[in-house]
Amino acid sequence: MHSADHSPGRRRFFERISLAAGGVFSLLLALPFIGFYIAPARKRRGLWRDVGAVDEFGIGSITRITYPDPEPDPWSGLAVRNAAWLRRDGVAEFTAFSIYCSHTGCPVRWVAGANAFLCPCHGGVFDRDGNVSAGPPPRPLDRLTVRVRNGRVEVLPLGVPDQD
Amino acid sequence: MRRIAAWLSDRLGLGPVVRTVLHHPVPPSTTRGVTGWLYVLGFVTAAALVVQVVTGIALTSRYVPATAAAYESVQILSGEFWGGLIRGMHYWGATALVVFMLLHMLRSFLMGAYKFPREMLWITGVLLFGFVMMMAFTGQLLRWDQDGLWGSVVASQYAARVPLVGDALKRFILAGDAVSGATLGRFYSLHVVLLPLLLFALFGVHMYLVVHHGISERAQPGKPVDPRTYRKEYDRLLEREGLPYWPHAVWSEIVAAAAMVAGVIVLALLIGARALGDPPDPASVPSHPRPDWYLMWYYALLAVKPRGFEDLVMVYLPIIALVVLVMLPLVRSRGERAPSRRPLAVASAGLVVFAFVALTITGYREPWVPRLETPVLTARELGAGTSPEVLAGARVFHETGCQFCHAVAGTGGRWGPDLTDVRSRISEPVLVDRILNGIGDMPAYRGTLSAEQLESIVRFLDAVRVRQP
Repeated sequence: MHSADHSPGRRRFFERISLAAGGVFSLLLALPFIGFYIAPARKRRGLWRDVGAVDEFGIGSITRITYPDPEPDPWSGLAVRNAAWLRRDGVAEFTAFSIYCSHTGCPVRWVAGANAFLCPCHGGVFDRDGNVSAGPPPRPLDRLTVRVRNGRVEVLPLGVPDQD
Repeated sequence: MRRIAAWLSDRLGLGPVVRTVLHHPVPPSTTRGVTGWLYVLGFVTAAALVVQVVTGIALTSRYVPATAAAYESVQILSGEFWGGLIRGMHYWGATALVVFMLLHMLRSFLMGAYKFPREMLWITGVLLFGFVMMMAFTGQLLRWDQDGLWGSVVASQYAARVPLVGDALKRFILAGDAVSGATLGRFYSLHVVLLPLLLFALFGVHMYLVVHHGISERAQPGKPVDPRTYRKEYDRLLEREGLPYWPHAVWSEIVAAAAMVAGVIVLALLIGARALGDPPDPASVPSHPRPDWYLMWYYALLAVKPRGFEDLVMVYLPIIALVVLVMLPLVRSRGERAPSRRPLAVASAGLVVFAFVALTITGYREPWVPRLETPVLTARELGAGTSPEVLAGARVFHETGCQFCHAVAGTGGRWGPDLTDVRSRISEPVLVDRILNGIGDMPAYRGTLSAEQLESIVRFLDAVRVRQP
């Protein structure tokens, strides 16, 4: 065996090239993996959704509205649906509240007699303006943007709350 | 036969493995008497893991990880004998896994088994605990009923509270900004592939360390761990009176594991898996989204903790708990191991167990949840002679939501005080003030109730007091 094979410099060189190649190997595998998982997470479904004719909603009433994902995966089933609460304030004025409680994201329910949104998880209560009136929720219900076009009500969907 | 066995042993190089794994000596104190049975907990935990692998493999052959079909596939296989049995075993196996893991951890803590030189045994155990809890959580989501669907939303809300990256994490978990067809697949690949791979790698390290460091001998008061002498003394103990693991220690472990599997099968047959809830629909409002039992304490904590501190309880508490558990053997690696010499350790373990049990019970009682299903009080509960005005008041008491939180004559919610005899406690002006302006978790009803409704409720509450014997 040639003595150069055992020189410390040569040994160091091989060590470094092994570590560098190992790093390249890991990086080349990790990038597509992470990219694949992040891709759908970047998708934003922020398109106006038609939720019904203006006259379907009584003035002063609060109604649950549902709207589908505009570009669902074919295997989605019911998961294409989303919902919010819509309050008609006047002839063409509407306010829409997120269905997700601001505490841990459970769906709130409008109970007309109690004039309140009630959360089934930890007992959060919101008034008809979505402000917290009891329980642990830290802030009001999120509001969706609403517009009226050609006698139809449209909302800009909100995902689950951001919590920041 | 013997020659074939000898040939295989030689060519497969089994000799050293058999010697180090099966014949390694264990302290006799861990195999004798009633307390010897405390040392089977780790083995039974591992056996429960095997139950989960076997039943889990079976379930993947029928489960359909698509949001449109997952619920139905679980429903259909649950309706069949073998499907119901396997799913029941997976459910009760998960329960056994969590229970025995917690008991194993409690024993290791109380007996100071985490001290020198077994610090990494404890730390890998803590990480295994984390993985098992993640498996438990992702597993309950895969049922993909309303609880599963809303559980994934709640998980995203926890993640959303993480500083700086919260929003990105939330989108990452849900595969978008809300639940969609892509959400379930993430939990499926986590629960079925990624987490099990990581868990088993860690489990391998944990097992290697058990054999490498040997099982800790029973703690003796007045014999503190001293890193300078411990190993020498332990080796001397094993040399003098150590018993081979096979079969002196292993027999009780296998007996306990067999009893555990029998218990899992009996529970699967008698009770079955947790029943499926309503079909998953992100646009509907379920009245009772609930976690499985091992997270019930956490669910309760979020309702009963003081107001505010959301970020503390949802983000920092789990991190702090993990850091404390990981640091424990590093800062307490020496000293007394016997529980009788560690009153603070025993007290803190007792406190944790008490808090877990108390919060779990509170979680199942869930007094804070508005009882929307509570029925209107009628003459049946209030007495035959109840006047029409009072019965009308009972209807207002119900429809304006009072009864969701307050009980009268034993019917109604439990968050607010029982109002059956409220008028013997407070005067009418105070009662009216509380209704209109609210107090504590009682929302203000000013602007919600008409004068007639208020009057009706006050008369009703006045009348039920008079009725009390």
